Amino acid sequence: MAKGTRKPKLAVWKFTSCDGCQLTLLDLEEHLLAIADRVDIAYFLEASRATVRGPYDISLVEGSISTPHEEELIRKVRKQSRFLVAIGACATAGGIQALRNFAHVRDFIQLVYAHPEYIRTLAQVRPIADVVPVDFELRGCPISREQLLELLSAYLHGRRPRIPRHSVCMECKRRGTVCIMVARGVPCLGPVTQAGCNALCPSYARGCFGCFGPMDSANPLSLGRRLEDLGLSREDIVRVYRTFNAYASAFREGSETYEQVRGHTRH
Amino acid sequence: MNRSEGTRVIKVDYLARVEGEGALYIRARRGRVVDLRLEIFEPPRFFEAFLRGRHYTEAPDITARICGICPVAYQMSACQAMENILGLSVTGPLRDLRRMLYAGEWIESHVLHIAMLHAPDFLGYQSALEMAGDYREQVELSLRLKRLGNDLVTFVGGREIHPINVRVGGFYSVPRTEEMRAWKPRLEQGLEWAVALFRWVMGFDFPDFEQDYEFVALRHAEEYAILEGRLVSSKGIDVAIEDFDQVFEEYQVPHSNALHLRVRERGAYMVGPLARLNLNHDRLTPLARELLQEVPHPLPWRNPFMSILARAIEVVHALEVALEVVETYETPEAPYREVPVRAGTGHGCTEAPRGILYHRYTIDGKGIIQDARIVPPTTQNLHQMEQDLWQFAPQVLQLPKDRATWLCEQAIRNYDPCISCATHFLKIHVEHEPDTA
Repeated sequence: MAKGTRKPKLAVWKFTSCDGCQLTLLDLEEHLLAIADRVDIAYFLEASRATVRGPYDISLVEGSISTPHEEELIRKVRKQSRFLVAIGACATAGGIQALRNFAHVRDFIQLVYAHPEYIRTLAQVRPIADVVPVDFELRGCPISREQLLELLSAYLHGRRPRIPRHSVCMECKRRGTVCIMVARGVPCLGPVTQAGCNALCPSYARGCFGCFGPMDSANPLSLGRRLEDLGLSREDIVRVYRTFNAYASAFREGSETYEQVRGHTRH
Repeated sequence: MNRSEGTRVIKVDYLARVEGEGALYIRARRGRVVDLRLEIFEPPRFFEAFLRGRHYTEAPDITARICGICPVAYQMSACQAMENILGLSVTGPLRDLRRMLYAGEWIESHVLHIAMLHAPDFLGYQSALEMAGDYREQVELSLRLKRLGNDLVTFVGGREIHPINVRVGGFYSVPRTEEMRAWKPRLEQGLEWAVALFRWVMGFDFPDFEQDYEFVALRHAEEYAILEGRLVSSKGIDVAIEDFDQVFEEYQVPHSNALHLRVRERGAYMVGPLARLNLNHDRLTPLARELLQEVPHPLPWRNPFMSILARAIEVVHALEVALEVVETYETPEAPYREVPVRAGTGHGCTEAPRGILYHRYTIDGKGIIQDARIVPPTTQNLHQMEQDLWQFAPQVLQLPKDRATWLCEQAIRNYDPCISCATHFLKIHVEHEPDTA
């Protein structure tokens, strides 16, 4: 506990994203005023006009780096932040907009905009850790409220946040959800996806679709073979790995492998 | 040319309390605005491009990621467009679940904007957290109401941001009748909070500013349209949503990453709570209509600052919609309807918290998306926001610099602009040109 000293300064930064992860902070409704009593919310434009100058004790960074301006800004944020946390799939893996990394960005711009010359953007969308050192990451599309609360609480108590790195399968076992892939043949990314959602989709009779990105030592090709057995085409499997965490290495390996062997027979 | 000593430059780096990022640039000469631009620097994300080649069943989850504040709206418009292609109609309890899910999002999004983003402007605070020092009771009540909206979305959708339970044709899993009935006491309590929120907001001072708007909203035969309807306007538009492109046209401006829209051969229009209330007030639920009678200002409301009051009425409406579903819902036989895929083009348009959200898709015989078009509400309001500022800025430019800047920001926040969605928002520079001698 702080001994009447100054409150730590918290900043929230937005890069290329949907605002959903920083909204999770406002969605901590019942805890929000208590948090505001313990930390000085010094920079959070979605919530306040008033801004306090850095340096900041803790910076929460949402979004991926997709423009030259963002590349400069994240370096400034890093310099002003003692503890920098990347929050959400965009910040930790590039997010859905990293799908452009598998295509040519000029083609994308021309599809959407009649005047491509007005648009400034980078060819590759990158997660925060590809550009500056990151002290901690919270996965998810969106992040989990409970994990955000755990992160803030751990920070205030000076301990490491307890964030599981095992697979969604473990969460299904723990909450007693019968495996939907084994019992009902529903394709599921649970075996390769990091926990954090409390195995939400299987509890709704839906296969996991990978919001929290690949777990440690995931084996996307092994799961790919199982998905083929369940009747998914190679194109289907490319799409399954290519969503919100498409550019995270294990999922990228999965989609790129299935893309390369497209049209060839399986051994 | 003389440089007058009275020249003022007002500059604010980012507009706060909007969702996303952008800037406003105003150039004034002798108190008259000579140039004005809303700049959007929220980076482009190219959703329409990477939807090509995806399976039609993926559109609800992918487009939800356009906006973390109103993902349900994206899911609903995407489902409707796909169901339009497949010739699938979602009715009865499945439709009721969609109404309840959408009501939850309206409550969560509107209360966020009313209490956390917009009310501090009216009462002179930098943020809701600062406002909580003097208005703790109102802020706490609003946070509880926002939680209720989020809990409704979670109940039907699985989680509040990017719900996982929505699919083309219905849901993956549906609640049982008794789980639904159990919501009644909480919703009744929420209705009391919503009435208190409305009365609090009704006491605010609204800047004196009226414009001759063209209001555009969906219109439904019986309901205050949320899930479907015809496109109507206060200046005579009345078409099916399939005719969206015949009525509106998209154009691009050099200073912005967002596409702009206008009514063909007419110009700017307004979508959102004020438009809906003016066009559809006769379809409000009973208590919402009763509360509307308490406002001493006759309809139509042409003052954009009153949009906060329209939102407060819509929160009451959304709670009454949810209550109606809670009382009449019976567990459907199947959680979703399914038909064989077929090629075609389909349209979807629903009322997101900020206004109409239009989707159009073309898919092939295997269900692969060939073309996608998405028109978010903030994109449609951008032209009108600029028009408002052209008229509003001269009224405030002579005020002290900080006050003028704050009022311009407030004029933009009237629209609850969601800039993440529109990029496809706000640093303010007001530059007073020196008087020419």
